Amino acid sequence: MPEKFDCIVVGAGPAGIACAYELAKAGVNVLLLERGEYPGSKNVMGGVLYRQMMEDVIPEFYKEAPLERPIVEQRFMMMDKESALTFGYKGLEWAREPYNNFTVLRAKFDQWFAGKAVEQGALLINETVALSCIVENGKVVGVQTDRPDGQLYADVVVLADGVNSLLAKSLGFHREFKPDEVALATMEILKLDKKVIEDRFNLEEGQGCTIELFGDATKGILGTGFLYTNKDTLSLGVGTLLSGMIKHKLKPHHLLDYVKNHPMIRPFVQGAESQEYLAHLIPEGGYHSMPKVVGDGVLVVGDAAQLVNAIHREGSNMAMTSGRLAAETIVLAKQAGDFSEAFLDRYRKELMGSFVGEDLKKYKDSTHHFDKFPQYFEQYIPMMNRAASQMFTVDGTSKREKQKKIWRDIGSAKEKVKIARDMYRAWKVMK
Amino acid sequence: MLHIVACIKQVPDTKIIKMNPKTNTMDRASAPAILNPYDAHAVEEAVRLKQRYGGTVSVLTMGPPPAVKAIRKCIEIGADEGYMISDRAFAGADTLATSYALTKALNKIAKERPIDLIICGKMTIDGDTGQVGPGIARRLDIPPLTSVKKIVEIDKEKGIAILHRKLEDGYEVVSSTMPCLFSVEKDINEVPYSTMPNMLRAARYNPHIWSVNDLEDVDKAQLGLKGSPTIVSSVWAPQKPQGGQMLDGKAADQVSQLLGIMLEKKELFQVKGESTS
Repeated sequence: MPEKFDCIVVGAGPAGIACAYELAKAGVNVLLLERGEYPGSKNVMGGVLYRQMMEDVIPEFYKEAPLERPIVEQRFMMMDKESALTFGYKGLEWAREPYNNFTVLRAKFDQWFAGKAVEQGALLINETVALSCIVENGKVVGVQTDRPDGQLYADVVVLADGVNSLLAKSLGFHREFKPDEVALATMEILKLDKKVIEDRFNLEEGQGCTIELFGDATKGILGTGFLYTNKDTLSLGVGTLLSGMIKHKLKPHHLLDYVKNHPMIRPFVQGAESQEYLAHLIPEGGYHSMPKVVGDGVLVVGDAAQLVNAIHREGSNMAMTSGRLAAETIVLAKQAGDFSEAFLDRYRKELMGSFVGEDLKKYKDSTHHFDKFPQYFEQYIPMMNRAASQMFTVDGTSKREKQKKIWRDIGSAKEKVKIARDMYRAWKVMK
Repeated sequence: MLHIVACIKQVPDTKIIKMNPKTNTMDRASAPAILNPYDAHAVEEAVRLKQRYGGTVSVLTMGPPPAVKAIRKCIEIGADEGYMISDRAFAGADTLATSYALTKALNKIAKERPIDLIICGKMTIDGDTGQVGPGIARRLDIPPLTSVKKIVEIDKEKGIAILHRKLEDGYEVVSSTMPCLFSVEKDINEVPYSTMPNMLRAARYNPHIWSVNDLEDVDKAQLGLKGSPTIVSSVWAPQKPQGGQMLDGKAADQVSQLLGIMLEKKELFQVKGESTS
């Protein structure tokens, strides 16, 4: 006789673990399934963990979690072939409690986080793939795993099985992605002495820095690169929409090599030893790509629900919040003894009313817009670099003359109108 | 009804472990801890014997608290009970001290339920000695049977076990009295993908954990580093073999090239017969 749980959570990433943690804490009998050897073994992200949403689950987690460095500086580099316009913010209020965010290595962090859920009473089963949902009379009643005697039953199933959610697809919630809805990110973990990292990034001991890379980092294709400081490694990565990669016939690892050898990046990573190579899909379709997130006996959270804010490189925080909100609804559903779609819809409402839904709505057209009009990355970033070079090169030309030159460089009157229109459009999709 | 005890060990995964180039020792933090692969076959064989003859499978390990994970892995394979001896007094043990401590634990297990068979893996992948199994057998004064590749029959009533031992050029059939100790080869069985009920049981399972004070009749001088006469005088990395020859071309061409080389250097490859081409 197969076992029946109150809830099965499929996938031990930030969304699934947060959900299982909250459920177990509330006394719900929850099973957490993970396909990897351990939670985190197959999970990938650039590496920024946001403090607030994590603290909503485990207060003061930073006192014991395996974190790399608290981030005290965020830089943004607008790159051309051999120049970069950099701006950023460094604030020491981020260097002390309660902090703003941290770099993490997912293999360590997720394992720790899942351990906390197990401490609360969640049952964790690793190395097991959930193949499909078991559906009876239109209601999800469990999951079929790849193990012998592998049926598992539950009142409610939470799908936290990531960007390519097989289970959400099997229920017809998800359709196949279009290439402009999903980004492919590749990253490398580079080993470098602690002290060298702190010197190169201008950091006090233990502090961290993130640099987001735009423009030539992705050869002008819509996407971003990143360079983050860990304890004694750097995370260097680059991601673009699949559509961009296809259009420019680029291989992801070539792009990563290109960034690694870029003259603006090379000095940071020189001499570092490559330790690990990772790649992952990121759902960047935003609001318009969100699948159905609630059904009879089933909820969808995290990447599986496409909860990523590509503009602000946020995802793990949205995942955790969605997992937590799903748990809240499940606890109420258990009290009411009602796991119908109508009852569980409370989760969808809460989610869309939270910062997750608000931000997804705010940026709902942004990815699509920048994908459709490639000139932002292809032309305007190099133009900004040329302008800065012109303005800051001291060569005896008067500043007024330099301004005129910059103005001429932008192009004809028609070009200028086009740029003004593009800037207005960009403001519109981002506002 | 048989009571079979499998002795197992949690080891670093030496397939991916990094060596410290200065000290030539293993950097244990660089690799995850796993159940010694040979021991998985030992547990699987115990479970198969249980399915054939009925009985109970227990597993025993000595190790630090995280080694509970290795016991859970054995429960996944189908073991019924897990015992662990864990104490600072055991730390730093070589194979002599390890077999001593395990023997004391086996005595305690046998008091609860007499033991008919002990099964060990051929060796661990971090130590590569294969000495602990025979060491236990000698201390218990039961026959040690190494390199076991097949168990033909277990007859508890007659007290006889019939099995195949792997030899360099074949195998020998051995009949042994029981109780006895087997250390098994990898090819004795295939460890299947564990069933979901076993996975659930393992995730919930908490083994019996004993400290040195829980064991009886222990001479503490024979435990841990104190009880270990082994001295490691030096450790070095073997030289990488030089030379070698790479073959190019289509698969068919490579095969004929390879055959040519093998026939040319017959003695090296122990090829019998003449070329037909």
